[in-house]
Amino acid sequence: MSLPDGLSRRAMLVKLGILFNAAVGAILVVPIVSYILSPVIRQRRQGYESWLKLGALDQFPAGQTRLAVYRNPVVNPTDGETANIPCWVRNVDGEKFQVFAINCAHLGCPVRWFPQSGLFMCPCHGGAYYSDGSRASGPPERGLFEYRYKLEQGNLFIDAGQMPTAGAPTAGLTNIGVGRPPCA
Amino acid sequence: MRLIKKVGGWFDERLQLATPIRETMQHPVPRRTASWAYVFGSAALTVFALQLVTGILLALIYVPSAGEAWSSLQVLNHQVTLGWFIRALHGWGSNFMVAIVLIHMVQVFLFGAYKFPRELTWVVGILLLLLTLGMAFTGQVLRFDQDAYWGLGIGASISSRIPVLGPRIVNLLLGGPIIAGATLSRFFALHVFVIPGSLIAFVGLHLLLVLKLGINEWPMPGRIVRRATYIKEYHELTRKDGIPFVPGAVAKDLFFSGFILLCIVACALYFGPFGPSGQPDPTIIQTAPRPDYFFLWLYAVLSLLPPSMETPALLIGPVIALGVLLALPFFSGEGEKSWRRRPIAVLTILLVAVALGTFTRLAGNAPWSPVMDAWSGDPIPARYLKGRTALERQGALVFQAKQCHNCHALGGVGGQRGPELDRIAVELTQDQLIRQVIQGGGNMPAYGKNLSPAETTSLVAFLETLHPAGQAPAQDASRLGQLGGRP
Repeated sequence: MSLPDGLSRRAMLVKLGILFNAAVGAILVVPIVSYILSPVIRQRRQGYESWLKLGALDQFPAGQTRLAVYRNPVVNPTDGETANIPCWVRNVDGEKFQVFAINCAHLGCPVRWFPQSGLFMCPCHGGAYYSDGSRASGPPERGLFEYRYKLEQGNLFIDAGQMPTAGAPTAGLTNIGVGRPPCA
Repeated sequence: MRLIKKVGGWFDERLQLATPIRETMQHPVPRRTASWAYVFGSAALTVFALQLVTGILLALIYVPSAGEAWSSLQVLNHQVTLGWFIRALHGWGSNFMVAIVLIHMVQVFLFGAYKFPRELTWVVGILLLLLTLGMAFTGQVLRFDQDAYWGLGIGASISSRIPVLGPRIVNLLLGGPIIAGATLSRFFALHVFVIPGSLIAFVGLHLLLVLKLGINEWPMPGRIVRRATYIKEYHELTRKDGIPFVPGAVAKDLFFSGFILLCIVACALYFGPFGPSGQPDPTIIQTAPRPDYFFLWLYAVLSLLPPSMETPALLIGPVIALGVLLALPFFSGEGEKSWRRRPIAVLTILLVAVALGTFTRLAGNAPWSPVMDAWSGDPIPARYLKGRTALERQGALVFQAKQCHNCHALGGVGGQRGPELDRIAVELTQDQLIRQVIQGGGNMPAYGKNLSPAETTSLVAFLETLHPAGQAPAQDASRLGQLGGRP
């Protein structure tokens, strides 16, 4: 008589025990997942980008393209040199500027500027771009990523803070258009 | 001797493991599996053990911080006694492990070992292959140098192409907006905890399956696998023609494992550790990043695919490849095991091997990458300048100064991105040369904006001298008639 009852009571307790642990597990899952997803959550809440000073305008002579370096706005104490991000600044005519990301639009390798031939060349897979950042040849499907810029009190500022990639061209939304120069 | 026996007995009274261990060691295996073809699995396990030991040794010194990892590798290479040797062992061990895992997989495939009832063993094996490649990639990242830094950029750029979720996956992968401290820390956690932990668990499962199901018998042409009868037939085989694994079959495993370890030691001593190359400072852009050996083929594929096919191939290709590998034992779980009766299997292996080999070899000299310093470092061969006019020599100067040499080779030196120009005058007429230089096309940038008319004239004059002796340059026949030809 009492045996089956006792068994079912024990089985009930086991089930309750499992349920209790599942509930505690569910409470634990929320902070763990939020912790893992923190880089994504932060991007969505605050964003990674901000206006950064690249330097005084006289560092960028008209008609020339020069390398500039900024310190990434979001830094950790352990970042070391990796938080120093280079970019190419093109002073078109003394008034108009173009600021290109260092990362090739193909797979992110560092493009180099050759003033003699007026080309950006990528050492990885052979992408090449014209001086205005539009695609010249090779595997890239688009021109170089371009940062938004503004001129204030004789200084050049850009809106940056995130590595630009083909899927997330956060560095300005200009120059998109597969295989076409932007302003052709 | 009696003391050892007594102590052993004391432990076994409590652990009760002696009998199951003895039974496991002496389990019967088919006689013919005591073969040199069956040694790769145990060799992979041995190298994995070496990697665990050397990995822990390296972790005693290594600092997983973006600011300090590179210098801690320098300390390992130059200051810690034999630190360079432990790094070399770990690096070469990694190469050997990938190679042996691949050979093991090929052997298992050709011997039909994935067929019933060993489907799950194969599936776990595929997971182990992925984890091994994961170790190779994350290990390359921990060698935090320029190759690692820009390699991460390539990984991020590929991930960013995943529809909708791409940008978020990039943030998750990098641990933030850029490649920095958080990126290295999470790759450290992957390389040191997550992947090795999974590897240990799945290696255990893999071995358990091998023991439970028995090692695959030597495939005989005509001996067909049938679900209904196979297990009975296998047990009959091990009963009639079986030998105990220890000592019957284990000797070759022992010798091969020892030989592989010796090879790793020899490579480590002779070639030394891998890198690190330059500091992971993104502002040093004078760099040409290259992946490690086992990812070179991917580097070639990424360079050679037509741009429009790249994203689909990158995102769908791996899914299909993985799907085929995982599904293999389920749609081909019965039938012939012997490679002698499975020509398509043999051809598939050959095709994959030739393709991977070709891509790897191509990536060795990367003809698609411009040689970034050819314009300043590689002179034009003297024979192309002797006896030339002033205009033609001026053109040779333009050729160098405008970086043409970075993509075009002359006399076998220079970039190979574009065609060699040693016979260009035979292939293109003067007008075609001018058009090509100014407008570009066929994957060449247009130089119209960057060359003055005088520079174009001199450059084309130089290019027109590039033809083999005794072979006349190409001429436009219509012009020849009207203008009376060239001087």
